[in-house]
Amino acid sequence: MKKLMTGNEAVARGVFEAGIKYAAAYPGTPSTEILENIAGNYKEDIVSEWAPNEKVALESTIGFSIVGGRAFASMKQVGMNVAADPMFSVAYTGINGGLVIVTADEPGIHSSQTEQDNRYYAKAAKIPMFEPSDSQECKDMIKEAIEVSEMFKMPVIFRMTTRICHSKGIVSLGEREEVEVKEYKKNIWQYTTMPAVSKKLRVELEEKLVNVKKYSNKSKFNIEEINDTKIGVVTSGISYQYAKETFGDSASYFKVGFSYPLPIDRIKEFSNKVDKLYVIEEIEPYMEEQLKANGIECIGREKLTNIGELSVAILKSAFLNIEEDKIKTNKEKIVPRPPALCAGCPHRPVFYELQKRKDIVVSGDIGCYGLGAVPPLSAVDTIICMGTSISGGHGMAKAFETYGIQKKAVSVIGDSTFFHSGMTGLLDVVYNKSKTVTVILDNRITGMTGHQDHPGTGYNAIGEEAPEANIELIVKALGIKHVKSLNPFDMEDLNKTLEWALNLEEPSVIISRWPCALKKMSKSDINEFGDYFTKFEIDKDKCIGCRMCTKCGCPAIRFDKETNKASIDDTMCLGCSTCAQICPKDAIHEVKNNK
Amino acid sequence: MNESKSILLVGVGGQGTILASKLLTYGLLESGYDVKMSEIHGMSQRGGSVSTQIRFGDKVYAPTIGYAEADLLVSFEEMETYRWLEYLKPTGKVILNNYRLPSAPILAGSADYPEGIIPEINEKVDATVLDATKIAKDLGNPKATNVVLLGALIKTMGLMDMDWESIIKANVKPQYVEGNIKALYKGMELM
Repeated sequence: MKKLMTGNEAVARGVFEAGIKYAAAYPGTPSTEILENIAGNYKEDIVSEWAPNEKVALESTIGFSIVGGRAFASMKQVGMNVAADPMFSVAYTGINGGLVIVTADEPGIHSSQTEQDNRYYAKAAKIPMFEPSDSQECKDMIKEAIEVSEMFKMPVIFRMTTRICHSKGIVSLGEREEVEVKEYKKNIWQYTTMPAVSKKLRVELEEKLVNVKKYSNKSKFNIEEINDTKIGVVTSGISYQYAKETFGDSASYFKVGFSYPLPIDRIKEFSNKVDKLYVIEEIEPYMEEQLKANGIECIGREKLTNIGELSVAILKSAFLNIEEDKIKTNKEKIVPRPPALCAGCPHRPVFYELQKRKDIVVSGDIGCYGLGAVPPLSAVDTIICMGTSISGGHGMAKAFETYGIQKKAVSVIGDSTFFHSGMTGLLDVVYNKSKTVTVILDNRITGMTGHQDHPGTGYNAIGEEAPEANIELIVKALGIKHVKSLNPFDMEDLNKTLEWALNLEEPSVIISRWPCALKKMSKSDINEFGDYFTKFEIDKDKCIGCRMCTKCGCPAIRFDKETNKASIDDTMCLGCSTCAQICPKDAIHEVKNNK
Repeated sequence: MNESKSILLVGVGGQGTILASKLLTYGLLESGYDVKMSEIHGMSQRGGSVSTQIRFGDKVYAPTIGYAEADLLVSFEEMETYRWLEYLKPTGKVILNNYRLPSAPILAGSADYPEGIIPEINEKVDATVLDATKIAKDLGNPKATNVVLLGALIKTMGLMDMDWESIIKANVKPQYVEGNIKALYKGMELM
């Protein structure tokens, strides 16, 4: 059977067909849909879990693998930074049941912090790596990857990029292969990393790699394609598709599908068959550097930048000097569509209240609430990575104290991010005594990536009820003495609570608890928060055109310059009342008889 | 060298460009073509500019469409047509829904919706301007704008013989099937 599938769907299918029994992930664009598809389509055959973070996801798959099961972890590229610690170690210990680790990289930085090229992780950690170039290969290579993993007793990295993850192509489906659990034998000289053991494993790792190199030179996914031999192209992943589209049959190709260790011998042979060799790869010159180090003459970075995505147009321009005739447009005419917090977003009142205070620095974090940094809210000062809001805020508070600066640090973090990397930072705040205010934006879901459950939602990845982690009890257990939970849409209470917290001489936590405006409410959500949707409208006679309501950045609020009046789009308004509480003329009120 | 065709569907998050694209790809797949489709996720739910890129032919390599590469540009919103016009071949065709969805800076009164877009596009390329949103509203479901436009696209591509009713039935919630089929035929009639 043939089906049109995204790379992510095809990977999930590959995980199913490969007889993998256990999959764990933390949501992150562009990798999220892999675990969603496994949990949604194959939950009868595969234990699927959202882990609190990528490190935990990988560690639990390592445990599953060591005692004999086939396991799979997926993460976005920066997630691999979080999981790097266990990943480098498991390269030494090796595995028992097959273990495949997906990294979904983001050339072009569509929804990430960095444009890092995680192929270097494979090289640095010495872990074999696959790189699919379309959906069919996503599925086929997962099956090969699990075999390679068990053949060499090593974990395998599976490197995707946004265009591979989110593009659809035709995939031929196969059957699931059921695999018995492997026998686990206790062996501390294999599965521990005490220095004496690691010294031994270090040597074994190099020995394994000699054999993996031989495999690489024979792998069916390292493919030579001879056409016209004036130009030869060494390429991998999505770049192969762009290269094929650009040169067609006027060039020969070496498509690298197994890219660590590189099949250097075969690339050398290929280079001898062509007059001129190009290396076409996105972001960093990972292959080019190794080719040049091995004495293979090639052209790559001389013609291509290491910034952003490649495209057919970029290759045509760089290698064939072809510039397509574009239809000319006047860019100034086009008004941008910047993303904004949704109408009814529970983060909005928090940022609105924070931006009024000039004596604070707001340490932000990763999630939709990054939008609290942009106008008109402009409340957030810094965003670094998952969890830095709290630990970075701690450092800011220490600096203010050390240098006698009259400012306070406010850390703002989401619920899922708090579970991911916030708890250890908060422990540091308590232990090392900084006077930070931490605001936990508990919107009852992982919002940014499209609503995945987490330990605080009361449900797990396959929709079963699960124990609900209580943030208030957690922060108290970490040693925070001053904790208040509140409804952010009661802005008077929010304001007073912020004032209370900012005047304390000890660290505090404010839990702003209200569901994401887009969340499909669970039964317990409805019990707690009610079915609160109403609509608000603006009394034209009372509106003085001061535009205060537009300062909260709600996409449902319109302003007509001709009449100098604001209005509310009734198809978007969810009745959160933020604008009504901001309006100085009391011109905004609930629409009566509107359910 | 490359016989593949490239179709770009653009609009604003929430307008249903992705569903329309999906239906089209199923039709192309059943017609025996190799098909690739690409979309950028992320913040599209939050009112951003969205595009889906569909490429089909005997064998398709790149899943994306670059500047001056699209054969057809189907736009669900006036200003978005202009934003994506550079991606159309100068000989390509535009199907344009003359519907305006002001973006946040316009709504907040800090920018104006650009005027004169449609005449400028008409001057530069072969464009068909439709009032698909009004047509969908008249049919009783303004949300079916996407399927009206899909109908117009299918007619332009000459793919009317496909079993679109089955494709809609397989991919749309039962309560919307009838309305969507009506919208599709109405869209076909427009071209």
